[in-house]
Amino acid sequence: MVNERLNSANPSFDLKYRRKKNAEEMKHQVITFAMMIFFTLIAFAAVGFDFSKWFIKPVILLLAVVQVIFQLYYFMHMKHKGHNTIALFLFSGLAVGLLTVLTFLTIVWW
Amino acid sequence: MSTYAKKQGFGATLWDYLTTVDHKKIAILYLIAGGVFFVLGGLEAMFIRIQLAIPNNDFVSAGFYNEILTMHGTTMIFLAAMPLVFAMMNAVVPLQIGARDVAFPFLNSLGFWLFFFGGLFLNLSWFMGGAPDAGWTSYASLSLHSPGHGVDFYILGLQISGLGTLIAGINFLATIINMRTPGMTYMRMPLFTWSTFVVSALILFAFPPLTVGLVLLMFDRMFGSNFFDVAAGGNTIIWEHLFWIFGHPEVYILILPAFGIFSEILATFSRKRLFGYSSMVFATVLIGFLGFMVWAHHMFTVGLGPIANAIFAVATMAIAVPTGIKIFNWLLTMWGGSVKFTVPMLYAVAFIPSFTMGGVTGIMNAVAPADYIFHDTYFVVAHFHYVIVGGVVFGLLAGVTFYWPKMFGTMLNETLGKISFWTFLIGFHLTFFIQHFLGLMGMPRRIFTFLDNQGLNTGNMISTVGAFFMAFAVIVLVINIIITSVKNVKVGNDPWGDGRTLEWAISSPPPYYNFKQLPLVRGLDAYWVEKMDGKTEMTPAEPLGDIHMPNSSILPLTTSLGLFVAAFGALYNMDDDKTWTVPVIIIGLLITLGSMLIRSIKDDHGYHIHKEELTDDHDKGVKA
Ligand code: HEM
Ligand SMILES: [Cu+2]
Repeated sequence: MVNERLNSANPSFDLKYRRKKNAEEMKHQVITFAMMIFFTLIAFAAVGFDFSKWFIKPVILLLAVVQVIFQLYYFMHMKHKGHNTIALFLFSGLAVGLLTVLTFLTIVWW
Repeated sequence: MSTYAKKQGFGATLWDYLTTVDHKKIAILYLIAGGVFFVLGGLEAMFIRIQLAIPNNDFVSAGFYNEILTMHGTTMIFLAAMPLVFAMMNAVVPLQIGARDVAFPFLNSLGFWLFFFGGLFLNLSWFMGGAPDAGWTSYASLSLHSPGHGVDFYILGLQISGLGTLIAGINFLATIINMRTPGMTYMRMPLFTWSTFVVSALILFAFPPLTVGLVLLMFDRMFGSNFFDVAAGGNTIIWEHLFWIFGHPEVYILILPAFGIFSEILATFSRKRLFGYSSMVFATVLIGFLGFMVWAHHMFTVGLGPIANAIFAVATMAIAVPTGIKIFNWLLTMWGGSVKFTVPMLYAVAFIPSFTMGGVTGIMNAVAPADYIFHDTYFVVAHFHYVIVGGVVFGLLAGVTFYWPKMFGTMLNETLGKISFWTFLIGFHLTFFIQHFLGLMGMPRRIFTFLDNQGLNTGNMISTVGAFFMAFAVIVLVINIIITSVKNVKVGNDPWGDGRTLEWAISSPPPYYNFKQLPLVRGLDAYWVEKMDGKTEMTPAEPLGDIHMPNSSILPLTTSLGLFVAAFGALYNMDDDKTWTVPVIIIGLLITLGSMLIRSIKDDHGYHIHKEELTDDHDKGVKA
């Protein structure tokens, strides 16, 4: 993780490095935040303009998925190193859950 | 600290165990509770076999038979096999990875007490109006119409104990990810630790579907909802899916730890490194993944349609591949080894063919068209007893014998152990082999009696005789345990003489802090590596320092007790004539929430064992 080198022997070097890193991080967060707001506007607009529901539903779902990814990777720092195990478990759980949904959709309800 | 005291009275010891957060003591608690439930489930099995010994028997009534049968299955899976598996994990895994305890000692204790009170609640049904009688699978079409409160005991009891299991699983995940000693990389973890890791992940993903299913069933039975009630627009098949999405991973949750135990035993007593270590790890993980994609093989005859049946049949057969890899690796581990036939090794050697037979009938069941014939006959009963008894129970008996010295510091008697082994092995095959043929002859499962002159008499009689052999074996085991505990002859670090992994590098039982200094792991089979370098101890990975220890606490017990009390209120709440139920629910929840509140606001930073104390007592712990 970025903060791991907090107690390095050379504080001035570290400080500069971390300043730069933090500024970059901040930029990413602001950009993703703006995009998430924008996505929300699109979602509202799609419903507001009364498009066909075959258009609205997939678009909103897609935007939702992208937002979740932003949330996890940018705001909850999963893009940083040291999150492999977490990612593994997250995606395994997702796979198991989606498999269940898929079966229910295909052989229980249809 | 009470743990310092060498000799203490019964009351103090009891209090010590009620409040303990030490993984080694929790292992003993799991062992005792699981052992008692195992004997109880075994007793129920004997009643089943006595009833079915001769045609038209009236040893028990039909209704009572259903209760015994249901409680046998439920007890054995949830209250015997699961806790015994946890006993092994708690006793061994922290030692194998070189940790001082699990990641969350408090939660470890909470997990045990939730399981315990859930199991107690379930079994109190015997004295409170009748046990559940809808089978361990509790299919909604049956359980919704079961009169009385039996099924409600099943729902609430399993809900509480399931919570404990989930907590324990998460705890082991955190432990294995975070608490490995320096040098203990993933690919140096002993296979038992690996299987614990995979099993904990399976628990994490498999128990929530059960929880959801039980909640829905609870609403249907207690609050008049209609999730599963077909007449009111519900769908009874949903329960079957939810149950088996949990149920199939559950059978792997039971068998993988047994695989792990056998991998340790076979390597130890062949005095050879486990053959194909990395393929064993790979197979374990793959079985874990595939275990989630096959549940509908329990539902082939439901009418899912040919495409669904075909997909699930193929997926099921695919599991045989990693399982086969394991079988061959075990055989090749023994190949060319200098094999020593101790009691655990006997179980391991007998396990391989016995379990394989269960695997073969599993593949037969997986052929969907053929399963239309096998399903709900004794053939299926034979299949799952071959894998569960021949796999899980053998594994647990082997594991308990193998790790007994590490848990209690004494060795079980080998002669008595061999008597147990042989009678159990013979009894097991006598009981269940013939059931394949009973099934093929058309004897349905879950019937309380059968008619004369249908060709079923001899087979059932043989099966019952076999059951008595197994009962005898268990009695001998209990006698063995009693004799060993009374004699109380203490043994050293590595009583089998061929220990390979870290747990054998420290005293039996280990001091309460396990490792004075965390050991440095220099390869697979860490202790063996040091032995081969002519050393008798592990190299420490850290200087001697203060050790941080958690404080004991009674709160896990009270938290669980509150749910236990509240469950009685919830159970009787639907009877109109009982007015005391709401207060009981409130009191129970207050106990639980109060305990949680105390835990949250009271700072408990644990305590430190100081460096000086560690250097003082040489006999307490071998230097790591
Ligand atoms: C090669 C591996 C295996 C295969 C292919 C397999 C396949 C099957 C199939 C298809 C059934 C459903 C039969 C029916 O109801 O008609 C079944 C039932 C069962 N299996 Fe397996 N199995 C395997 C291993 C295991 C293991 C390792 C365990 C447990 C440790 C196990 C425990 C059970 C149980 C408990 C049932 C019966 C559940 C019930 O209806 O009450 N199986 N198996
Ligand atoms: Cu299955």
